Amino acid sequence: MRRRITALDGIAALLILLLIVQVWLLSATLDAFLAGHSDAALPGAITSGVIFAAAAGLYRFVQRIDRAG
Amino acid sequence: MIKLDEKKDKIRSDSLWRDEFSVFLERERFVGRRQLIKFLTLTSLGMFVGNVWILVRSWLRRDQTFPRQKIAFAGEIPIGGVKLFRYPTPQEQCLLIRTGEDDYVAYSQKCTHLSCAVFYSSGDNQLICPCHNGRFSIRDGAVIQGPPTRALPHVVIERKGQELIAIGMSGKLEG
Repeated sequence: MRRRITALDGIAALLILLLIVQVWLLSATLDAFLAGHSDAALPGAITSGVIFAAAAGLYRFVQRIDRAG
Repeated sequence: MIKLDEKKDKIRSDSLWRDEFSVFLERERFVGRRQLIKFLTLTSLGMFVGNVWILVRSWLRRDQTFPRQKIAFAGEIPIGGVKLFRYPTPQEQCLLIRTGEDDYVAYSQKCTHLSCAVFYSSGDNQLICPCHNGRFSIRDGAVIQGPPTRALPHVVIERKGQELIAIGMSGKLEG
């Protein structure tokens, strides 16, 4: 039980770090877009997608360790 | 989980109010972590959707065309004078400023900080936002001081005889 809680804490901390990067990415891309530069939009969307895939993977991992009991 | 149930049964047998107030801290914390992880994952999805939205808008903007619109006659305004006009849509106000005998510049009047209307100060030769004292260069619309981080969108002007015609915008603000 204790190890599972530690794993959940670690995953939550990792997700928070990923979200901080994603928030920064979104604000930087939006700022560039509003300034009339569209070059950052595609790399921004791809990187954000990769970060979301990692977050979804971590969520799936939590579900898997729950099912394993 | 079995241990938790045993604990619950033991406490239940201890007192009746525990049965009525059936909140167990350990179990609540366990659920809380899962809820947080789910919330963080959904927030990450929201950020991704935001980035995709920006991408779609930038693709649509690539095909954006600006109308040709007569905005003034040369000599209609004095040197250092200003004329207001709406471009490229009737909702977007812009400033035409005569900076010299044959020099004209035009910018969006919407401050890039919080959309207050900027005005031209001939004394300072700058565009000033009265809300937070943001200042923009009359030469290229660049930020000189204050909270704005982006330059004012610039209206491209073409002179055809005595007519000044707006033909496009650079650094155009969306929405």
